[in-house]
Amino acid sequence: MRVPLFTSEHDPGSNFTALLKMVGLDPFGSTKGVEGVVAAPHGTTVLALRYADGVVMAGDRRATMGTRIANREMEKVVPADRFSGVAISGTAGVAMDMIKLFQLQLEHYEKIDGRPISLEGKANQLSQMIKANLGAAMQGLAVIPIFAGYDLIRRTGRLWDFDITGGRYEEREFVATGSGMGPAATVLKVGYRPGQSATEAVELACRALWEAAEVDAATGGPDALRGIYPVVATISADGWRAIDDDELASVFERLAAAQRSGREAAS
Amino acid sequence: MNMPFYVAPEQMMKDRADYARKGIARGRALVAVQYADGILLVAENPSNMLRKISEIYDRIAFAGVGKYNEFDQLRRFGVRNADVKGYSYSRDDVEARSLANDYAQILGQTFTHEVKPLEVEILIAEVGPTAAEDQLFHILYDGTLVDEKGMSVLGGDADAIAERLKAVWSATDDLATALAKCAAALAGPDRRIASDDTEVGVLARSNGRRCFQRVPDEQVRAILGS
Repeated sequence: MRVPLFTSEHDPGSNFTALLKMVGLDPFGSTKGVEGVVAAPHGTTVLALRYADGVVMAGDRRATMGTRIANREMEKVVPADRFSGVAISGTAGVAMDMIKLFQLQLEHYEKIDGRPISLEGKANQLSQMIKANLGAAMQGLAVIPIFAGYDLIRRTGRLWDFDITGGRYEEREFVATGSGMGPAATVLKVGYRPGQSATEAVELACRALWEAAEVDAATGGPDALRGIYPVVATISADGWRAIDDDELASVFERLAAAQRSGREAAS
Repeated sequence: MNMPFYVAPEQMMKDRADYARKGIARGRALVAVQYADGILLVAENPSNMLRKISEIYDRIAFAGVGKYNEFDQLRRFGVRNADVKGYSYSRDDVEARSLANDYAQILGQTFTHEVKPLEVEILIAEVGPTAAEDQLFHILYDGTLVDEKGMSVLGGDADAIAERLKAVWSATDDLATALAKCAAALAGPDRRIASDDTEVGVLARSNGRRCFQRVPDEQVRAILGS
């Protein structure tokens, strides 16, 4: 599938998906003509919230297929480029493919055009990919992402959630999606303070995931036995920074200690 | 029936080569050298928008001299092929050698079959995990592919520039030293190139996944003086 030298009227410009289609690699074509509903592993509970210098994104590591744990260390929150990240809940395989395509699209545009897409433009690109996946979503292969990043033009963190049709909604404070979204969003709603520090926002994100894992079987909690912790990252003017496992271990240790002492005080 | 004039193939090729060489010699030159942290690319380029040096993939950079629209089309070809290959196989499967071969094919085909040859010379540079694995592929207007060691010079007056550079160049220079040497070699003894007219990019081993980086104007000014 070598790419030819395009004449000006056939040139796909900086659109990577269009380029793939032209060389016969339609990334959304695989489920066309497939009837019925397909069962596949699902990933759950991802969230994002704004803080003083940008946004925090977080997600648990579990993928499930029905009641079976399909994977314990899936990374559902990944950098899209230096100043943005994407978090995905929904069908794991389709989601991973979509993330890969999205990352490539951003990089491809940057290289062909010589400058990166604006943050809003990136959100729009993701929205179009979800829309292109609608056929598969109707067969049970839905993907619901969160997109967040640091807007270099407006100098602030911004975040978006999406619906299955590609509808794109910018949120002011926080957002959670996936099967544990109920408890996670409640924790975020109660604990959210405008202008909070990165440390506070990371701790709040961890608490939200913890509470989601408490009540939702599809959401994985911190796994000290295997050393598997949720993926938590901050995105600010300095770019994407993943919080390392040692730091997360101590955050969850503090959360556990607070719960223990709360219980002792009550009895 | 009209009979076309007979032109000896030798003459036809010579005319085309002269035409392409003249076009390339009109433009400003470009050099690439190995330095301590990878590969440094320096071009004399008065424009801040129309780039001669750019990123193709994680470890691969592209540089072109001659007619801008022609080498820019080749640059896009390179980015597209690299990205599609990385998408369908793995990022590890994208390498400069096969890309350089593709370019040699395109330039060679155009040179022999089209009315007008491409008036460009291009360079595909790949930074390896160690300096010994760095690669510089220099491709001429007629598809000639040269695998160069350590340094490469493209464009008008290339021989004189290469001679000046060879006398001072060392693969263990740091960025500032290597850049100063390249700029001096490009300019020659009787001339100085303003730092604003110098386009600089690096493929640095220490840059993480995407090794390519443009050296910011302020840094170039600090090294070369304004």
